[in-house]
Amino acid sequence: MSNDPQAIRRLVVLGRRYDRLFAIVGMMAMMVGILTLAVLLAGLIHDGAERLNWDFFQNFPSRRAERAGILSAIVGSSLVMLITAVTAIPLGVAAGVYLEEYARRNWITEIIEINVTNLAGVPSIVYGLLALGLFVYALDFGQSILSAGLTLALMILPVIIVSTREAIRAIPGAIREGAYALGSTRWQLVRDHILPYSTGGILTGVIIGLARAIGETAPIITIGALTFIAFLPPSPVTGDFPFLSFEWLESPFTVMPIQMFNWLSRPQAPFQVNAAAAGIVLVAMTLLMNGVAIWLRVRFRNRIKW
Amino acid sequence: MKFIAKAIPAGIALIGALAGGPVHAAGVIEIDGSSTVFPITEAVAEEYQAQVGGARVTVGISGTGGGFKRFCRGETDISNASRPILKEEMVLCAQAGIKYFEIPVAYDALTVIVSTANTFVDQLTIQELKTMWEPSAQAKVKSWNQIRSTFPDQPLKLAGAGADSGTFDYFTEAVVGRAKASRGDYQASEDDNVTVQFVSRDKGAIGYFGLAYYEENTDKLRAVPIVPPTGGAGVLPSVATVNDGTYQPLSRPLFIYVKEKALSRPEVREFVEFYLKEGGALASEVGYVGLPEAAYETILKNFNGGKMGTVFGGTPEIGLTIEHLLEREGKL
Repeated sequence: MSNDPQAIRRLVVLGRRYDRLFAIVGMMAMMVGILTLAVLLAGLIHDGAERLNWDFFQNFPSRRAERAGILSAIVGSSLVMLITAVTAIPLGVAAGVYLEEYARRNWITEIIEINVTNLAGVPSIVYGLLALGLFVYALDFGQSILSAGLTLALMILPVIIVSTREAIRAIPGAIREGAYALGSTRWQLVRDHILPYSTGGILTGVIIGLARAIGETAPIITIGALTFIAFLPPSPVTGDFPFLSFEWLESPFTVMPIQMFNWLSRPQAPFQVNAAAAGIVLVAMTLLMNGVAIWLRVRFRNRIKW
Repeated sequence: MKFIAKAIPAGIALIGALAGGPVHAAGVIEIDGSSTVFPITEAVAEEYQAQVGGARVTVGISGTGGGFKRFCRGETDISNASRPILKEEMVLCAQAGIKYFEIPVAYDALTVIVSTANTFVDQLTIQELKTMWEPSAQAKVKSWNQIRSTFPDQPLKLAGAGADSGTFDYFTEAVVGRAKASRGDYQASEDDNVTVQFVSRDKGAIGYFGLAYYEENTDKLRAVPIVPPTGGAGVLPSVATVNDGTYQPLSRPLFIYVKEKALSRPEVREFVEFYLKEGGALASEVGYVGLPEAAYETILKNFNGGKMGTVFGGTPEIGLTIEHLLEREGKL
């Protein structure tokens, strides 16, 4: 390195130039993603906005595009997501906590870890085939909301497990040591410290998983989701004791992406408008879920005192 | 975080509560099968549910083959089919003890289309279509003047149905002479709107699909008159030419297969009768060709008379008119 100030200055100028160049390349890379999304959204809204009225949400599918709506699809999607969330979140979080806090470090754990990560990359259709054999036939759940929800739960389990573990690993070791020093048991540590502090990260994983699940078509078609269904599942709340009914779990169903695809493949142009409108609703549902996740994350983070 | 701690036992209890007992929807008429027949059955189901309060009908799209697989396993009450049941499917149904009625519900006219920019194709014979589509044409027949010497030296681009569809089966059977025998270098799509786009943009492109897709796109596409195997002038697909049997061999019957056991439920019988009464008008509304009034009456009589089985004996056939079809005896 010379001490010549001229040379150092040149070096600095060169460094800045590279800095600026990289900033531009990075920004362009970001714009590719953002602009594509913006153009897609704008296209959807341009094509579908005219159909987005109250009727569209209240009507069942129909052979007449103007009368067709997404009621059965939106209810189907919501109920399937409910089953998915209720099963995948507790199972995934429990598995993640076990692997991080309880499991001994040996080759069995290692194999499990590698496989969990690999499972996250398995194509969704494979989960559909597994579910067709297991839930639909072996367990005889039929082609029902229950089968679909459990299938998608299996599919997003790895995502939730991995993100739970990441979130737990971010908690400083001093917290653990402090808790043990004060005589807390492992369960007390998990309940009072590990879970509360990792909730933000866990929720991120949960939402990524659920957002993937709601747009998923292949495994749902494999297990036999319908295309035309013009009635709703039985209500979960009944007038008689015990006021709760689980009959809706057995009900046939359809989901938003399937309804969309069916409309897209119709010859009549007005159905294409319906497909775009259904697309807007699906994107809005995903954004809403993301919004809730962000809100929850901020809330939980504010409670952390360290 | 109390929520998650509480949700774990709740989730486990829920799964436990559900694990017992078989789960199947009761009182629902379950239909699955061909995507080609889907719009007709959907329309009938919609009208039926509008007229009969509390009626519940579901329609899925598994394709004709996928539909028969489920039908012969006893999972569905009615199967939509764009081709008759095949031998191996008949065996499956027989093994499961499933008897069925084969009910023609409408005709579809496979329409050969070119772009409106294509002015040189006046009509095509089946032989010319065969020259275009047969497997040996692959990578060899690439220009229109190889089809007919008077056509210009325009690159030939082909588009058609994907290999899993009944449309593909029927077209290859009718044109090449053997089901599923087709050249592979063409734009294959399960979504006919893709074919519409492909053909409308290219002067030298040609494709085929159901009449409904042509009728919605007459501004971009032109139907090619087809010379029947018996000779004469080219015939355009239409309700009239399908019904009088002159648009041959590219008109094909569409069916529903009804499980005999399901008829013990009055709503299934009622639905089939409703289908035969209203199906013709509804089929026309969604772009297909309804059968003549008299045919529906004969079919209904056969249905109520318990005439079961298929009239094809498990081998696909082309160029059958509805009269021929109804004259035959069914076999299970």
